[in-house]
Amino acid sequence: MDAVTVQRLGQYTVQLSRPPRITAAFTLMGPREGAGPLGPYFDAIVEDYMWGEVSAERAERKYMEQAARRALAAAGLTEGDVDCFIAGDLLNQIVSSTFSARSLGIPYVGVFAACATSALGLALAAMLVDGGFARRALVATASHYQSVERQYRYPVELNIQRKDTNQYTATGGAAAVVAPPEEGTGPRITRVTLGRVVDWGVTDANDMGSAMAPAACDTLLRHFQDTNTTPGDYDLILTGDLAKVGSKVFRALVDRAGVTLGGKHMDGGASMYGDAEWPAAGASGSVCSMAVLLGYVYKEMAQGRFRRVLALPTGCLHSPTTWQQGDSCPGISHAIVLETD
Amino acid sequence: MDRNRIDIDGAKDYQRLVQQLAPKPNVARLTARAFLVGGTICFLGQFVFDWFRFRQPTEGEAIAATLATMILLGVVLTAFGIYDDIGQLGGMGAAVPITGFANAMASAAMDFRREGFVLGMAAKMFIIAGPVIVFGILAGILTGLLAWLAKAGP
Repeated sequence: MDAVTVQRLGQYTVQLSRPPRITAAFTLMGPREGAGPLGPYFDAIVEDYMWGEVSAERAERKYMEQAARRALAAAGLTEGDVDCFIAGDLLNQIVSSTFSARSLGIPYVGVFAACATSALGLALAAMLVDGGFARRALVATASHYQSVERQYRYPVELNIQRKDTNQYTATGGAAAVVAPPEEGTGPRITRVTLGRVVDWGVTDANDMGSAMAPAACDTLLRHFQDTNTTPGDYDLILTGDLAKVGSKVFRALVDRAGVTLGGKHMDGGASMYGDAEWPAAGASGSVCSMAVLLGYVYKEMAQGRFRRVLALPTGCLHSPTTWQQGDSCPGISHAIVLETD
Repeated sequence: MDRNRIDIDGAKDYQRLVQQLAPKPNVARLTARAFLVGGTICFLGQFVFDWFRFRQPTEGEAIAATLATMILLGVVLTAFGIYDDIGQLGGMGAAVPITGFANAMASAAMDFRREGFVLGMAAKMFIIAGPVIVFGILAGILTGLLAWLAKAGP
């Protein structure tokens, strides 16, 4: 029996042998996201939060399903051309993903990494395609302000004064097709560093950025060590959903570790709404990092502005129950490297 | 991550770093906003009370009519998606008056309406306002007990 080729770098990183491409992507966002500075990068904006549905939960799954269908159409594929649908969202039992998978009819892998679902989905898709276990994979995430707000926090219309550390769940759906390198010219997913759950004891669920910053720093340092790279080797280091407060903490941690990010760092959550007074800290939600990756980064890579991007979406893995019982918020961050030819 | 490598010593040290970097709330501005929003609601309440005072036989009935009117106002503003913005602006200035209590009930009722009238709306209506009722009743019982003891005493 042949020995299995180990496709790993260092202790934690996967080196894909024939790095698959993102051959098509579609970002379908809500009105507030469309009005933000990244609005022009999104493929479609839906002006109605509820999108004609009777509940926010139904609207959320519509965002996901429509993004998935339009990504397939953009790649010129049908459901039968894709062997695996990898999706995740923030709702209990990841129902938006499940219900989308129900109508798509593609074999389904449901994943949960909160707001880091984008990188986890893309990483798994790349490994499945590279390993020959799927010809192509479809990856999707979605989140909806109203459905997430009422599950994690308070009723949508309640008179709560949000703090400056609070993040606002982005509304939308985003999907990408991951296929072998022969197809198309999109950016290739070359390396993957899966995240460890890191928890430094932040118990304030209103400050998820600070809860997740250590996880992003952990994955970043492990990735640099395994791949023997420095920030200088990348055109952009994109964290997801640390937002403004978490980004500050993240940069301070990276700085203490003796790594200089320079002007390379950008955070998806901090960029989504620009300098609006509220939401002060920025965006979160499982669609946020996916939309920044597939809207802004994907398109700028096609234009040749970025050639090599390290994306580190972050997720806060607490539940309302664990938080109310006084547990701290565990964070996670999965890293993927995107490269153009 | 190796905490030593980045010079962080345990959760407390990290908490200190987070506190250093977290934005400081502008207390003066937040207090001024709460005062203005809360004051406006109470001024409106006083205006409604004065209007009823000349039209109701007793002051007690005027108070009841005022409370009902302010609750209705809170519910209507909630239904039109305005009261949460008032809350963001005024903080406790919007939460403490009875309009805030009405908002807490109405917003929860609206959110859970889709899960049915009985197990959804009616049951979940109290998820925010419930504690106010529980502790309100408890405080009433305790006060009544104290008053009774004081009367029965020597």
